[in-house]
Amino acid sequence: MTGEHGHDHSHDHGDWPYPHPKQPDLEDGPLTHHMAMTEALAELLIDKQIFSADEFRRQLELMDSKSPAEGARMVARAWINPDFKIRMLENVNAAANEMGIDAGGIPIRAVENTPDVHNVIVCTLCSCYPRMLIGLPPDWYKSRAYRSRVVRDPRAVLAEFGTAIPDDVEVRVHDSTADLRYMVLPQRPEGTEAMDEEALSALVTRDSMIGVTDLKTD
Amino acid sequence: MTARFAVGDKVRVRRATPPGHVRTPSFIRGRAGTISKIIGSFANPEELAYGRPGTPEQPLYWVRFPQTELWPDYSGGAKDSAVVDVFESWLDADEEIIQ
Repeated sequence: MTGEHGHDHSHDHGDWPYPHPKQPDLEDGPLTHHMAMTEALAELLIDKQIFSADEFRRQLELMDSKSPAEGARMVARAWINPDFKIRMLENVNAAANEMGIDAGGIPIRAVENTPDVHNVIVCTLCSCYPRMLIGLPPDWYKSRAYRSRVVRDPRAVLAEFGTAIPDDVEVRVHDSTADLRYMVLPQRPEGTEAMDEEALSALVTRDSMIGVTDLKTD
Repeated sequence: MTARFAVGDKVRVRRATPPGHVRTPSFIRGRAGTISKIIGSFANPEELAYGRPGTPEQPLYWVRFPQTELWPDYSGGAKDSAVVDVFESWLDADEEIIQ
């Protein structure tokens, strides 16, 4: 810094003894092989006019705009409409279209929690996730700890989310290794009989659609 | 492509370690399970990964494994299971009776 301020000081601003903690910028870490390859691939696809920079940006923006609200609307509809629930369990994408929701081109299947079965979703190989219906995955979903432990010791992982499943209930872990994505259709909480679809959809959380929690009304 | 296995069939995942892109996680290789659903047919991702067409399409199944089959020391509920999407080329018929 040269003398823009017209005086020389250290930016300590008085007697405050604590240095300002500096949050690292993205560029402060090393540029890894995969980061460089990702950037190079994106540039090549644009240079070769497979897609344009603007189409690329718009797709990123579309993915960032997705949220669990759309999945939650579908869950609420399934709770109050048994015929819709059957169609949703058969084909989530088609059921989403009925509600004017774009679930994308990758087939999504819903797995239903019942008094006898509690489902939980993982992708042990990478981080497959039904982004079009429940938004971007939380960081823990992509972590190696979650991906390896939820298939090895699911009840311990569920307990860390505050979820206790009785021993006589089957905990069923779904590993999405191939061409499908999964979402959980959680059980409708007790005491919600008088609620309408919109109020019900506000109860449905992201984590309940991954299957790491149950829904409660308290 | 016609599915070789039907719902309820006992199958065993091949114990193989091919190089390159595979979609069958190692924790189920060599393990026995039951076909719980025929999901459909899909181009083989282990071929698509190398720019090849992945044809013919392969039947894809839900295979349900008792957790006690996957982890001999499993201490959770006796009914607990894992359901994994497995392509047909990774499955053999299993003669042993399993749960």
